[in-house]
Amino acid sequence: MDIIGTSLKRVDAFDKVTGKAKYTPDLIPPHALVAKVLHSTIANGWVKEFDLSEAWKVEGVVDIVTCFDVPDIQFPTAGHPWSTDPKHQDIADRKLLNARVRCYADDIAAVVAENEIAAEEAVKKIRVTYEEFTPILTMEDAMKEGAISIHEERPNNVVVKSNYEIGSFEESIKEEGLTKVVGDYETPIVSHCHIESANSFAYMESGKIVVVSSTQIPHIVRRVCSQALGLGFGDIRIIKPYIGGGFGNKQDALTEPLNAYLTTRVGGRPVVLAYTREETFACTRTRHAMKFHIESYVRKDGSFAARSIKAYSNQGAYASHAHALVANAVNGFRMMYPVGAIKSEAYTVYTNMATAGAMRAYGIPQIGFALEAHVDDIAKQTGLDPLKLRTQNMMKLGYVDPLTTITCHSTGLDECIQRGEQYLSYTKKRKEYAKQTGPIRKGVGMAIFCYKTGVYPISLETSACRMVLNQDGSLQMQIGATEIGQGADTVFAMMAAQTIGLTVDKIHVVSKQDTDVTPYDTGAYASRQTYVSGMAVKKTAESFRRKLLEFAGFMLKKDPWDLDIKENYIVHTNKNEHLLSVADVAIESCYSLTNSTHIAAEESHHCTDNTYSFGVCYTELEVDIPMCQIKILDIINIHDSGKIINHQTATGQVHGGMSMGLGYGMYEHLKFDPKTGRMLNDNLLDYKLMTAIDTPELHADFVETDDPTGPYGNKSLGEPPTIPVAPAIRNAVLNATGVAINAIPLHPERLFDAFTEAQLI
Amino acid sequence: MAKKDITCTVNGKVRTYSVDVRESLSDMLRGQAGLDSIKHGCDVGECGACTVLIDGKPFNSCIYMAIWAQGKDIVTLEGLSDTKGAISDIQQAFIDEGAVQCGFCTPGFIMASIPIISSETEASREEIRRQISGNLCRCTGYENIVNAIEKTQKKRIAEKKSK
Repeated sequence: MDIIGTSLKRVDAFDKVTGKAKYTPDLIPPHALVAKVLHSTIANGWVKEFDLSEAWKVEGVVDIVTCFDVPDIQFPTAGHPWSTDPKHQDIADRKLLNARVRCYADDIAAVVAENEIAAEEAVKKIRVTYEEFTPILTMEDAMKEGAISIHEERPNNVVVKSNYEIGSFEESIKEEGLTKVVGDYETPIVSHCHIESANSFAYMESGKIVVVSSTQIPHIVRRVCSQALGLGFGDIRIIKPYIGGGFGNKQDALTEPLNAYLTTRVGGRPVVLAYTREETFACTRTRHAMKFHIESYVRKDGSFAARSIKAYSNQGAYASHAHALVANAVNGFRMMYPVGAIKSEAYTVYTNMATAGAMRAYGIPQIGFALEAHVDDIAKQTGLDPLKLRTQNMMKLGYVDPLTTITCHSTGLDECIQRGEQYLSYTKKRKEYAKQTGPIRKGVGMAIFCYKTGVYPISLETSACRMVLNQDGSLQMQIGATEIGQGADTVFAMMAAQTIGLTVDKIHVVSKQDTDVTPYDTGAYASRQTYVSGMAVKKTAESFRRKLLEFAGFMLKKDPWDLDIKENYIVHTNKNEHLLSVADVAIESCYSLTNSTHIAAEESHHCTDNTYSFGVCYTELEVDIPMCQIKILDIINIHDSGKIINHQTATGQVHGGMSMGLGYGMYEHLKFDPKTGRMLNDNLLDYKLMTAIDTPELHADFVETDDPTGPYGNKSLGEPPTIPVAPAIRNAVLNATGVAINAIPLHPERLFDAFTEAQLI
Repeated sequence: MAKKDITCTVNGKVRTYSVDVRESLSDMLRGQAGLDSIKHGCDVGECGACTVLIDGKPFNSCIYMAIWAQGKDIVTLEGLSDTKGAISDIQQAFIDEGAVQCGFCTPGFIMASIPIISSETEASREEIRRQISGNLCRCTGYENIVNAIEKTQKKRIAEKKSK
């Protein structure tokens, strides 16, 4: 019986609907100390001096640590697999606490106290003397001649600049009869808004520092903590229980390194470092704001002769994932339409803004907005059909990317586009709606995307899995890959059951990762887990199955190659007659008087391939021009993520991604005070996270391909649904009103400016 | 700091707690009653992860003072299962409809849905969306949460009609 492809209920759902699922705050030991961080009230400058005298007087204060006390070690925080090549290592540009203040609310000191109130009181009583510089909040100001260096290692504030060119751009644009289309596009800084804030608690046990944390990447956080404290990897132990969402923010070391250090200062007593919602907004990571300048040269038949892009990515105060984001964006620019000459220039720039890091789909929602808006701009300027423009120029089966060698092993993109066209009657409506007048107008829009699966060849990602047989024929499965809400544990259980020949109820997934116990895996990011970690599960299941059959062969005195496992029973290959139950094999293997053995398997997998998933968003909406408001009437995402392992959880991923895309396109952006650099809407009231009433009915569909490189024909899915939504909305507004708006979110203020300029109001 | 004794009904049982007068109801219930289904996502009543029923109505327990709970009837997610652990229809519907992802907002959503599914009149999807709009979820896009609540209320109304 096929388990893959069903809608199995989540293996963790019961615990989550009953409150039994434990998250980091539910595991804090009684009488733990509480730490609070003192954040700077300037955005750019130096801490010159602290006056701690009043703070020390607060009853219950146990320790106060300042930026002058912490180890003199700069460390990187990005949740990338570590590179042993120094040239490819993440940028080590911060200490646990920093005297050089690089953003408003930078971490400059910390208090450990007997309780939260005492810690908060003491933090308030620390007096700080600063040397203050004018905050540098824009990339333009940061790159100006003579601008103050935010990090001395990068005097011009450019973290990294990179270029590539495919073919000759300058030669290609000399061709006769080309239409030149130019556009500038801009995307905002937004926040992940996982409902569980960044938090951890740390203590010492058996000579080690143990950090229990809400993280997507326990093994990477262990490495970062060891680097930050100058200790061995084995001196740190990270435990990751259930986590209340991450979306890339927790693909970074956040509270853990400082907390690991704080517990060493108080004799290893447990210390809680839980960020408030406001700190989670301002002091963790954000999505990079990017600016793009795109020039396209298009032939009369619609084919792209040459394209160029200049991309600028606002890194904020610290490098975190740094240039990897905009590099991914400009690679996406090339991969989506890999025809003609293509030229790129990309910059990542330090500013005194909140630090940007990984967020769902890693630079691709940014380029996705710019590129797909631009394709509709090409369609508008040339009169060509937007669907034909896309299908004509987009990536095709067999494409090998010249710079990364990533190959298109399967694609259902054409069918995604066709299915969406049929669903919405896009072409017919687009023509009809282009002729509207009056205050309320309808529009249709669409956008496509491609997305890699994992990070190969940038890193040879390693994943491991362990399976241990119980005497009743069930097994424990440990995976280094993490459940962060996306349903990883459930699909891993399905993969194991299918490959071994057991029913899913026999698979006990150990959801918690503990770096002292759990096999290695780099964690949840890059939509890699079903693809990379899934292969580790498959290999382990195959190995486990072989061991079970060998023992069954011993018991039955038969050649194991003639045996098979079907729904918890040993059978003859291609026959259904039950010879033994797996439970019989399990109990005999443990307690046999002649041949007892413990059946277990552990395998690791390193991924030496990559593949593209694809998809579209189509939407129909209504624009109230005088009110400057958009109402979504219909919206659908159609994805080719290869073979779908679990339809219900896959659909849930698409819904959640669409919702994040709707927020990105219409509501969300972080605001900063231009004078001080302080984040202004660092809370869930003023930051417009969509509620249920703001969210339209969401439709999801799949075009299932069978990818030859995926363990079960599957490709990336977790992040992609976020990508095409914002440009589809923007293109629908263009269809409705004729106004091309090149920045998001399309909130009323922006629509007002755009419609005023277009003399619609 | 000043302490006060508070007597209230929690999940059907009368209990007395000695609380700090500055303490929130959520801190009292998590700290003293071990009711960890109550989650803190913002601590200021914005996210709804700490929603409990007080005299049948959903409240953000993070901004409800513990001392106000004197004499109140409080129900948390733990109170929806029976004493043998069998879960309620709305919990089962959250499982069946795929309304759970990371699970951190789930207890709050289930508690916020109780007045909707207990109502005699059927709420439209729009009305369900309005009534749960004080609870935030970043994972699901709310689609399957609305489905779970809608199915449960329809089932309950049909059951009442058939009786």
